[in-house]
Amino acid sequence: MSRLLDNLAIMLGRAPRKPTVLTPAAQAEFARQNSKEGKADRKRRIAEEREQNYRSHFWRNWRWISIIVINLLFVLSYRADVQLVEGALTASRFVGFHMADVNSALQVMLAYKHVVINLLIGTATVVFIWWLVGGRSFCAWACPYHLLGEWAEMLHLRLAVRGLVKDHALHRGARTVLYAIFAALAFATGYTVFEVISPVGILSRAFTYGASLALIWVGVLLLIEVFYSRRFWCRYICPIGMTYGFVGSAAPITVTYSLANCLHEGKCRDVCMVPHVLEMTKIGYADDVRINIGADCTRCGMCVEVCPTKALTFDIKGLNKLL
Amino acid sequence: MSLFDRLFERNGKKLKSEDRRRLLRSTVAAGLFTGLAMLGFIPVVRRWRERLRPPGALVEHEFLAACIKCGQCVQVCPVKAIHLADIDEGYGIGTPYIDARKQGCDFSCDAVQCVLACPTGALSHDISTKDQVRMGVARLAGPDRCLARQGRGFKGVARADDSTILHRYMSVNRWKPIELAEHPYDLELCDLCVRECPIEGAITLEKLTGEPDDKRKTPVVHQSCVGCGFCETICPAQPAAIVVDARAVWPGQHGA
Repeated sequence: MSRLLDNLAIMLGRAPRKPTVLTPAAQAEFARQNSKEGKADRKRRIAEEREQNYRSHFWRNWRWISIIVINLLFVLSYRADVQLVEGALTASRFVGFHMADVNSALQVMLAYKHVVINLLIGTATVVFIWWLVGGRSFCAWACPYHLLGEWAEMLHLRLAVRGLVKDHALHRGARTVLYAIFAALAFATGYTVFEVISPVGILSRAFTYGASLALIWVGVLLLIEVFYSRRFWCRYICPIGMTYGFVGSAAPITVTYSLANCLHEGKCRDVCMVPHVLEMTKIGYADDVRINIGADCTRCGMCVEVCPTKALTFDIKGLNKLL
Repeated sequence: MSLFDRLFERNGKKLKSEDRRRLLRSTVAAGLFTGLAMLGFIPVVRRWRERLRPPGALVEHEFLAACIKCGQCVQVCPVKAIHLADIDEGYGIGTPYIDARKQGCDFSCDAVQCVLACPTGALSHDISTKDQVRMGVARLAGPDRCLARQGRGFKGVARADDSTILHRYMSVNRWKPIELAEHPYDLELCDLCVRECPIEGAITLEKLTGEPDDKRKTPVVHQSCVGCGFCETICPAQPAAIVVDARAVWPGQHGA
């Protein structure tokens, strides 16, 4: 329970803390790692993995396919009359069943101040699905802006390596403040204020119903991400991501950290969009030998791919006990 | 100690200048994005556009609140009358509207499909038949342009300037709207707005004068008009002699 609250606090913007109490197993593991043999072993393994130069895009490829297929289904359902998922990412019907984006539904209910039954059913369905697969996995596996953001990030990193751009980090609490502001504005004004600047709704509608001026705004956001601040929208602004973060805070599908396998090289934190969830990979920051990654994790699998020693893996909670 | 000194202090130590800059950036960004989102007020409050909404739309401020901007209503419309508003309409972004001149609603779906498609009731589910709809009211805006008032007929394709317009002709195909080009007219006196009005008795042609040889007539809009806008679509005058006033109501009536 305290782990869950801790994860939520970190998602809301609190800096991760170095644990003061370690489990006996973690203490033993750290003792092993800090022993003379342990240090020598780590050195040897690091040299070994650097030589192998392990690299994989397995999860990324599947993820890109997933994002493209999901969004294509929306488009084809209308344009080619496939009629499988009709609507946009904000709300749709999946073979007749209502689906509603949790954040859009929240905005509507706060602004409209009515409980709409169809919306409630649609939201509950979506909450269940994304709880199952891990909340913010919506971001990494379905959100069209995430894909564009990833490409912008690649460009940003290439330019950053050459010293042409610099990442300007923000305080992650900005997203929490904006989340509260957008909720309050929807309630106070009676308008779904956030939808005006939501690149997710704008993109999803543009794909299905045709280009709009609003795409310029999406372009501006991407330019900010390339030239000013890495993953700016997804890291510091987007309330949709935060909503799904809550949804998936106790999800069965997680990325799991194994202290015994970790060489503490920090490769995972370098590629991660939300590196604060990987704080335990620093030496002395893990309070247990196995830890499930926190609520803000998008299950994108980049850390899983980049880790040469499988210290980070996808896991289904409780499955090991079941089998 | 000033407020900012206290704000930028953590664990009794001054924040490093990078931390302070980061906090400043975050504050500016949060303010900027709130401000940008609030710009959406301007087009709504200033009423830059009075949009004709699809059948069953709640009163405008409730409609904007309830609409989840998904476009499911767009998808079910058999005559493709519904479009989604762009970002220049502020909080109306992604909301459906009908441009009556380009393509009015002719209820060729029979059972107000857009209302049934709406997941939030922004298009009110209280509406189940077309005569309950209140989108606006038609008005003879340019009586001088009206062919009937000049005693003129109409021959050929209606609205030949726009080949995309669709209309369901019960006599041709009850289930499928066709292009206007496929259905030319030969009318002694133009009565297109009356003839193609989907609501019986919403518009009638009345004699302009009592003179027996005066064949001039004028369209008269009655209270049963639901404001679907198809008269504006079909009117051969350029610009249309008859237009629909979005959201207009007869005295004593409510919009819906």
